[in-house]
Amino acid sequence: MRRAEFVTAFLLGLLSLYLMWKSGEGPSWDTEYVHWSNTGVNIDGSGPGKGFFPFYLSLGMLVSCIWIIVNAIRRTSPPSQSDEPFMDGYAKKMLLLVGGGLIGFLILIDLISMYAAIAVFMLYYMLILGRHPLILSLVTSFVVPFWLYLFFDIVMTKTQPKGLRIIETAFYNPVGSFFRDQSLLVIAMCFLVTGAILALTARRTIKS
Amino acid sequence: MDIYASLMDGLWIALQPHNLALAVIGVIVGLFVGALPGLGSVNGVAILLPFTFVINEATSDPAAPMIFLAAIYYGAMYGGAISSITLGIPGASTAVATTFDGRPMALKGNADRALVTAAVASFIGGTVATLFFTGFAPVLSSVALDFGNPEIFALMLLAFATFVGLGGDDIPKTMFSIFFGLLLATVGFDTISGEPRLIFLNEREQTAILEAVGGNSDSVPFFNSVGWFSRGIQFLVLAIGVYGIGEMIWTINASRYKVTMTETTISAGRIWRAIIGMKDAWKGTTIGSLLGFFVGILPAAGATPGSLMSYGVAKMTSRDPKSYGQGNPDGVAAPEAANNSASTGAMLPMMTLGIPGSPTTAVLLAGMVIWGLEPGPRLFEDRPEFVWPLIGSFYISNIVAVLVNLAFIPLFLWVLRMPFTILAPVIFTLSIIGTYAAYDNMYDVWLMVLFGFGAYLLRILDYPLAPAVLAVVLGTTAEEKMRQSLLLSDGDFAIFYSPFFDRDGKGQEWWIAPITTWIAVILIALPIILWAVRKMRGGSPATTEQP
Repeated sequence: MRRAEFVTAFLLGLLSLYLMWKSGEGPSWDTEYVHWSNTGVNIDGSGPGKGFFPFYLSLGMLVSCIWIIVNAIRRTSPPSQSDEPFMDGYAKKMLLLVGGGLIGFLILIDLISMYAAIAVFMLYYMLILGRHPLILSLVTSFVVPFWLYLFFDIVMTKTQPKGLRIIETAFYNPVGSFFRDQSLLVIAMCFLVTGAILALTARRTIKS
Repeated sequence: MDIYASLMDGLWIALQPHNLALAVIGVIVGLFVGALPGLGSVNGVAILLPFTFVINEATSDPAAPMIFLAAIYYGAMYGGAISSITLGIPGASTAVATTFDGRPMALKGNADRALVTAAVASFIGGTVATLFFTGFAPVLSSVALDFGNPEIFALMLLAFATFVGLGGDDIPKTMFSIFFGLLLATVGFDTISGEPRLIFLNEREQTAILEAVGGNSDSVPFFNSVGWFSRGIQFLVLAIGVYGIGEMIWTINASRYKVTMTETTISAGRIWRAIIGMKDAWKGTTIGSLLGFFVGILPAAGATPGSLMSYGVAKMTSRDPKSYGQGNPDGVAAPEAANNSASTGAMLPMMTLGIPGSPTTAVLLAGMVIWGLEPGPRLFEDRPEFVWPLIGSFYISNIVAVLVNLAFIPLFLWVLRMPFTILAPVIFTLSIIGTYAAYDNMYDVWLMVLFGFGAYLLRILDYPLAPAVLAVVLGTTAEEKMRQSLLLSDGDFAIFYSPFFDRDGKGQEWWIAPITTWIAVILIALPIILWAVRKMRGGSPATTEQP
C-alpha cells in the first residue's frame, strides 16, 4: 500500500506540473502570446487573468502531493502504515472482470445499440460474475433494457444510440413505430407484465 | 406574503397529483437506494439526476424535478437503517451509528422494534428540521441578499476550509481533492475572457502528435473529435462516475458480494406495539432532531457526523450509558432522527446561500443550475413558485416516507435479499444510459467511466472524493466571485481579509467577508497547530483520523 501511495502521489504531482504549464498557455490562434502572461493577479487593471485560478490550483495540487509523499516516506498516513497490498488477487480479478465488462459495454453501444449492449452486459455479469441460473439471467437481460427502451425512447422520446445503420432500419424502426402507436395504458401494461415475469422468475430461481 | 401563507400555497402545489406521485416514487426509490448496502442518498440522487431532465421537460412545474430528488434524499435517510439493523451493514455512512444499537436489538429478536423506532424517529427528526427550515430559510436568505462578491467567495472558502479542518480525512488528500475539483471546473471556455483554457489535445498539440505519428486527423482515432474538453467537464459526468461507477466497484470489492441477514418477524400488531414503545426513545429522538439540524447546516459535516454526534450525546447524557451498544432504543432513535434532521439542515445553506452542506446537496445544487435556477439568496425573492412547493414537499415526503417505510418493511427485507450481482449491473447500466440521456454524447459516457475507475483507485488510498464533487459544483462561481472581487480591489487580497478595505470609496467598513475568511483560515490552520502542539509536547506525529 505504501508504494502505491507514493507512486500515485508522484504521478498526480507530475499531472499538477503539467496543469501548471497548461494554465499559462494562451489561445492557439494568438501567435504573439507570451507563456504565463495570463496568470497575473491584475492584468492591465482588469483583474486576474484566465490562467490565474487554474495555475494556483495546480500549484496547490502539487504542494498537496509533496505533502502526501512526505507523509508516505515518514509513514504517518494510514495507507503508508498498512502492510496490506494495494489490491489483492480478488480485487485485481474483480477490477479486470467488471472494468473489462464496462469497457466492452461502451464499445458495443456504437456497434449493436445501447439496449442490445445493456442486454449483453447484463447477461455477461449475471452469468459469468454472478453465476445465476440461465433462465433468470436471460429474463433479466431482456426485461431491464426493454423497460429502459420504453421509458427513454417511447415515453420520453429521449433516443439512445441505435448502433449500425442496418440494426436501426431492420429492428428499431419497425419496433419503434409499433410502440409509438400504442396508448400509455398499453405501455404501462408492458411494464407490469414484464415486471411480473421477472419477479416470478427471480422468486423461483433464487429460492431454488 | 408571510411565511404561513407562502407555505400553504407551497403545500397546495406539492399536493398536486404529479408532484405527489413524484414524491411517492422518489421516497420509494430512496428507501431502496438507502437500504442497499454501499449505496446512499448521494448515489441515488447522482445516478437519477439525468432522469429529472425528462421530468423537467414533461412537467411545466419548475419544482417537480427537485421534489423528486428531495424525496429520494429523504427516503434514503429512512432506508439506511433497514440494512444497518437487519444486515449489520450500514446502508450508507449516515446510518453507521444506527448499527451500534440497531444490530444488537435485531440479534435479540427485536428487529421489528428497531426498524419501527428508526422510522418514527426519522419522521420526527425530519419534521422538526423542516419546521426549523421553514422559519430560518426566509430570514437567512433576506440577510444574504446584501452579500457582495467578496462575501460569497469568503463563504465558499469557509465551506472548503470546514472539509480540511473538520472533515476528519487526511489533510493533504482533502486539499488535493478540493484543488482538483476546482480545477476540473475551470476546464473549457473562461466565462470572463471567453478564451479556451486547459483544452487538452488542442489544435497545436494535435498537430504535433499527428506529425510525430505521420498520420492525419481522419486516420488517427479520437482526433476527429476536436474540442472535447472545450465543452468543459460536466458536473454530472464526475458525480455519476464517482458515485455510480467508482463507489460501486469499491462496494463490490469491500463486500465481496457476501452479506448475512438477521431473520425478522413483522406483523401489523408487532409494528403497533413498537410504535407505542417509542416513548422509551423520546430522549434520543429529541437530541437527534435538534443536534442533527444544526450540524447538518455546517458544510463538510452533514448527516454522518450529525448522527454520530447525536449518538454520543445521547449516550453521554443517559442515566444508563452502559446499555448503549447492547440494544438501547435511544441508541437507534438518536442517530436516525439526526440523519434525517441533518439532511434538511444541509438544504438550508444550499437554498439560501447557494453553498451546499453535503455531497448530496451539491448534486441537488448542480441539478438546480441545470434546470435553469440560480441557487442563492435571490431564489426566495425571484422564484417563490419553486421554493415554497419544495418546502411543502419536505413535509409531505416525510409523511409518505414513514408510511411507506412502516407499510412495506417486509418488501424492503425481500429486496435486501437480492444478490448484488443483479443489482450491480443494473446500477452500472443506469449510470451509463443516464449520462448519455443527459448530454447525448458518448464522449461524456467514456469520461464518466474513466472518472469512475480513477475514483475507485483513489478511494482505496483514502482520498476523500466528496470535497472534489463539492468543488466542481462551486468552482465556476467561486472563481467568478474571486475574480470580480479582485477586479474591484485592483488585485488587492485585503478585500477578503480586512474590514477596513475601502471598496466603494465611501470609507465604509465591511465585516462579514473578513470574519468568514478568518474563520476559514483558522479552520485550515487548526489541524496544523494541533499537530505542532503535539510535537512540542513530545508526542508522536499526528496520524490522521479516518472516518
